[in-house]
Amino acid sequence: MTDTPNTVAFTPERLVKAQEMIARYPEGRQKSALLPILHLMQEQMGWVSSEAMDYVAELLDIKPVEVYEVATFYTMFHLEPVGKHVIEYCRTGPCCLMGGEEVYAHLRQKLGINPGETTTDGKFTIKEVECLAACGWGPVFQVREKYYMNLTNEKVDEIIDELSK
Amino acid sequence: MARKILTEHINVPGIETFEVYRKQGGYTAVEKAIKTMTPEEVVEEAKKSGVRGRGGAGFPMGMKWGFLAKPEGVPRYLVCNADESEPGTFKDHYLMKMIPHLLIEGMIVSSFALGANKSFIYVRGELMYVIHILEKAIEEAKAQGFLGKNILGSGYDLELVVQPGGGAYICGEETALLESLEGKRGNPRNKPPFPAVKGLYQCPTVVNNVESISNMPWIINNGGEAYAQIGVGRSTGTKLISASGHIQKPGVYEIELGLSVEEFMNSDEYCGGIRKGHHLKALVAGGSSVPILPANLIMKTANGEDRLMSYESLSDGGFATGSMLGSGGFIVFDETACIVKNTWNFSRFYHHESCGQCSPCREGTGWMEKVLHRIEHGHGSMHDVDLLVDITKKIEGNTICPLGDAASWPVASAIRHFRDEFVWHITHPSEASAPGAVYRGDMALV
Amino acid sequence: MEETKPQLFKITFDGIEVEVEPGTTIMQAARKIAEADESQAAIVPPAMCYYKPLPASGGKCRACLVRVAQGSAKDTRPMPKLVPSCITQVQDGMVVENTTNEAVLEARKGIVEFLLINHPLDCPVCDQAGECHLQDFAFEHGSAKTRYEEERRTFEKEDIGPFVQLHMTRCILCYRCVYTADQITEKREHGVMNRGDASEISTYIKKSIDNDFSGNIIDVCPVGALTDKTYRFKNRVWFSKPEDAHCNCDKCSGKVTLWYRGDEVIRVTARKNTWGEVTEFICNTCRFERKKTSDWVLEGPTKVKRSSVISANKYRSDLVKKPDFALKLAATQFKNIDDSRPYITDPETIRNQSIENNDKANHRSLLNQNN
Repeated sequence: MTDTPNTVAFTPERLVKAQEMIARYPEGRQKSALLPILHLMQEQMGWVSSEAMDYVAELLDIKPVEVYEVATFYTMFHLEPVGKHVIEYCRTGPCCLMGGEEVYAHLRQKLGINPGETTTDGKFTIKEVECLAACGWGPVFQVREKYYMNLTNEKVDEIIDELSK
Repeated sequence: MARKILTEHINVPGIETFEVYRKQGGYTAVEKAIKTMTPEEVVEEAKKSGVRGRGGAGFPMGMKWGFLAKPEGVPRYLVCNADESEPGTFKDHYLMKMIPHLLIEGMIVSSFALGANKSFIYVRGELMYVIHILEKAIEEAKAQGFLGKNILGSGYDLELVVQPGGGAYICGEETALLESLEGKRGNPRNKPPFPAVKGLYQCPTVVNNVESISNMPWIINNGGEAYAQIGVGRSTGTKLISASGHIQKPGVYEIELGLSVEEFMNSDEYCGGIRKGHHLKALVAGGSSVPILPANLIMKTANGEDRLMSYESLSDGGFATGSMLGSGGFIVFDETACIVKNTWNFSRFYHHESCGQCSPCREGTGWMEKVLHRIEHGHGSMHDVDLLVDITKKIEGNTICPLGDAASWPVASAIRHFRDEFVWHITHPSEASAPGAVYRGDMALV
Repeated sequence: MEETKPQLFKITFDGIEVEVEPGTTIMQAARKIAEADESQAAIVPPAMCYYKPLPASGGKCRACLVRVAQGSAKDTRPMPKLVPSCITQVQDGMVVENTTNEAVLEARKGIVEFLLINHPLDCPVCDQAGECHLQDFAFEHGSAKTRYEEERRTFEKEDIGPFVQLHMTRCILCYRCVYTADQITEKREHGVMNRGDASEISTYIKKSIDNDFSGNIIDVCPVGALTDKTYRFKNRVWFSKPEDAHCNCDKCSGKVTLWYRGDEVIRVTARKNTWGEVTEFICNTCRFERKKTSDWVLEGPTKVKRSSVISANKYRSDLVKKPDFALKLAATQFKNIDDSRPYITDPETIRNQSIENNDKANHRSLLNQNN
């Protein structure tokens, strides 16, 4: 068995938060806290490793495989290390109608990477995602919790420059 | 100006705070319902209002509430579906971020009506910033005694939990949402049993869309009958329309159901018309899942009647010449849009979002995407077009949940109305696969 | 008032009436018809994911979709969509159409096609060939040609331990192995990862599945996705001879089927019923370690359906019955011949004549061989 849980354990503050999350559900339904807790883990680690999932399984008193199944089903969880900023751009129809393809091509060119890749300095990862529910404000991408909308090439330049600092 | 039920105060500065929201008449519906009405009376008002599910299916909300089983000693749950992910739809996102207390107030009233003491708002995980907005609003409402134990001294307890999703369109399907809320993969359940009998944690559950629930404060304050006065026929009330694509003013608009499509598209109050110098080619009226309509069937139905923004009028003519109001995702295409490319794009979406549980959807969505990808990129054959139609027929109606239908309809309707464009892609592979290439045959434009 | 007796529901399935207890599924009602009259076996909807011994299974593959032409005696409306017969419960007076409904057969053709488009069709090297439900399903309902021109899906290979071979490309995602691990083992270690058509059976962390009952996932697998490593490439199933046997086992019932090649036990499996379902799950010791005849008390040859390829070369004239598929084939190719002779309709005469004809044919082929 792995001894790594120590390295992936929640910080004391996050552990309190996690316990609060678990307490929100009826007794015996602590598994409901799985998605919020995986988000919390990703916030701490930047991604979710299998050791982190084992730790979460223990915390929720469920089988590790139940965590793996869930984490691989949902697209928001990064199952491999990612860059400092993960840029997730919407590739779905309406954003493309609003000029998304050109803007995203510009973004890829500017960073010199394709979706799924990380810049060599480890600062940026690009991911292609489906509709972000911001169609009228497209093209759009998301960096962590922040939405960047009505993107143009110039705006992309500004955002990248700002994030690079 | 048309009547606004949901967005009347949306631009009032500070409306996201309890204080301002309260000043604008907020939470009076909670007071009225909890202090002066029985839960049954609240349900009755919902029924009278005729408000229909705003998530896409359009099922009467009051009737859905009426189906809720009420076995003795078993908790009941209300779950708000805020997993808005249908391409072309962003109204719930807008409503929740701008005026979070409206949803909270609606949740309190609706939970009271259904006898739920713990209710959930399931928000797609990407909208984490909106989740923080909602959580803050909940804290405020709790501090003012509108949530928590013994609300307004009535003895009624309610706890609201905001649950984040993890990135999966399928969780907008109500049983997949419940699975996800239980911490599982978002695999839709076979029905029956319906959630009204066995839902969250196998308890009776109602799942309603954000916009549906947000109508409740107005319905309580003004009465279900007053709500039913608005709109046209069985399309009562107002509807938030998410407008995107090739229009002057993309955004979210609240309309009275029954407004003509032409007015919505062209008036300055709403979309403001097609982009300057361009012409209308096609419309997806209710989110990416609904059939696409060609220009000649948008403003008028096949009978030559004015097409209205209502459940009935938009579906007039069935799928042969009509579409659906769906979730109100109004995506406009001008003549620069390539229908084949867009169909492939939507198809890729459904392929990506299929949960993979049942075979027609798991295998069929991927197959369609691959064939469409080939056609779009100049590797199609003539038999591919009929093959696609046949695949849509083999999927439609045969899957566990409506995602199979949602994946089939855009493909079937695009071929129904734009077959020439598909054929052109096949007969002119190099031209069609050039960047930005669009078929300019003798197609009707408006 | 009359005395109360347990109320049974009467339903009509493909024109045949049957009475079943409330709570019975359409599938079970159809099986009841076939169990009472073997000649009706062909009316039973195929089941690729449903597995009676595993509660909660079913509803996923959609192979068993049927049409409900009448919901019940009280509500005579038809159901708007085809329904999965494996999980849909009967109502009194329900009328169900399966093989008698064109739309059902068309949908089923679609399901076969969907299950096959990404299937490797490596039957010639697959250990499951000959006892594969997908083969049967494709044979019964599929077409001879494929319309699929795209690349087939592949997966990274995963080793799940010394006993079970996982071939993900063959998997049809029935979830049976997941339910098995959930329901009869202490701790499930594998599951379905990813989603959509990228879904795969996996342990995620590439560890071996290790518990006393893990071998049962081989028996429940309808295809060759999970096969017995100790039996790999040892034999084609139709060259082996199954015998029922038992032993005194402290972990399981000890009731198994031994698969012989000559005098050698090459495989041990649980016993299965007419529907291919395990009757009693067995432990890994019985399955993987007891491979000598002396470990077992033999009970006699396992009953094998005449229509199964496993019965090939194990002809028992006293048990001969015409296989279902041949009857069907005959029915589809039957044409009225324009002559005035009366047709022979008496089954006994037909059987005798065909035996005679067979003898003649055998005699001819012998002659040919000798020449």
